[in-house]
Amino acid sequence: MEVIGKAGEKVRLDFKQGVKDCIPTLLGYISIGIAAGVVGVAAGMSALEVALLSILVYAGSAQFIFAALLLDGSPAAAIILTTFIVNLRHFLMSATLAPHFTRYSVGRNIGIGILLTDETFGVAAGKVQQKQRMSVSWMNGLNITAYLCWIIACIAGALFGNWIAEPEMFGLDFALTAMFLALLVLQLDAIDPVNIKHYLKLVLYIAVLMLILSCFMSSHMAVLLATIIGATIGVITEK
Amino acid sequence: MSISISMLLLIAACAAVTALPRILPFLIIRNLKLPNQVMKWLGYIPVCILTALVVSNFIEEGEPVSFDWQTITIMVPTILFAIWTKSLLLTVLFGMLLMAALRFFMG
Repeated sequence: MEVIGKAGEKVRLDFKQGVKDCIPTLLGYISIGIAAGVVGVAAGMSALEVALLSILVYAGSAQFIFAALLLDGSPAAAIILTTFIVNLRHFLMSATLAPHFTRYSVGRNIGIGILLTDETFGVAAGKVQQKQRMSVSWMNGLNITAYLCWIIACIAGALFGNWIAEPEMFGLDFALTAMFLALLVLQLDAIDPVNIKHYLKLVLYIAVLMLILSCFMSSHMAVLLATIIGATIGVITEK
Repeated sequence: MSISISMLLLIAACAAVTALPRILPFLIIRNLKLPNQVMKWLGYIPVCILTALVVSNFIEEGEPVSFDWQTITIMVPTILFAIWTKSLLLTVLFGMLLMAALRFFMG
């Protein structure tokens, strides 16, 4: 297993390495994917529709909300608008990674963008932080592994969901939180010690912003706004 | 196994609005030399968004905001473990194990 964060470590970032780098995130994908499949069927969707949703939309939180709104009998326009807002944070993630792939063709860039998720972004941002040069094959290895696992997990959840006893018993629901936590720690670990105080302050500001914003809006909007405000504070207060 | 036309259209529309923010920056930025300030700003996005996602995992929206204390309790040792091992996979496994143990012993 690769230990991220060691300075000067040179790993060839090819497709195979991308697949390997995806492995730590898979527990999160599988647990959330199965849950998304179960929820989809519970909301009255067929397994085929669940499969299509995971193949075409491919976004965990959006799929949960899709199912919830469907069950609520919400109008189509409301479902589409909510899906858009929930996934708007990907705009920031794509914008962060895009400058590192400009040397590749438009088609390849579209391929990277369309499969970008919170998790694969987190792993890729780790490489950026360590100043490792990402290749499109590495990114594809990472993205496609995550994509396939997600689809399989969603379909498994839709077909066999009822057989699986409480997933909470195994702490599976914490896999995603633990993953985001670890990705954050790895980000901070790779920061120049001179700047670490600046970043830790920023983490604190974001936490406070999230608490305040969550009083007024959905957590997805709060994530989006807190990130935009936080990054702006970061630039302004930078020395 | 079936799929209705209206569901198909709904899924297609949701796919389009999801793909758009994912792809657009890749199309815009390749034809554009971004100013230094914007690049700096983008450099802060990973830490900011990961922090926001972590926080969103232990608070419940609404007024007043409520905390998921079980998650917060497990987060503390998980952070320490991540700092110690610097490993994504080990941290995920460790966190899940702790959460399962907490639920097992607390009922």
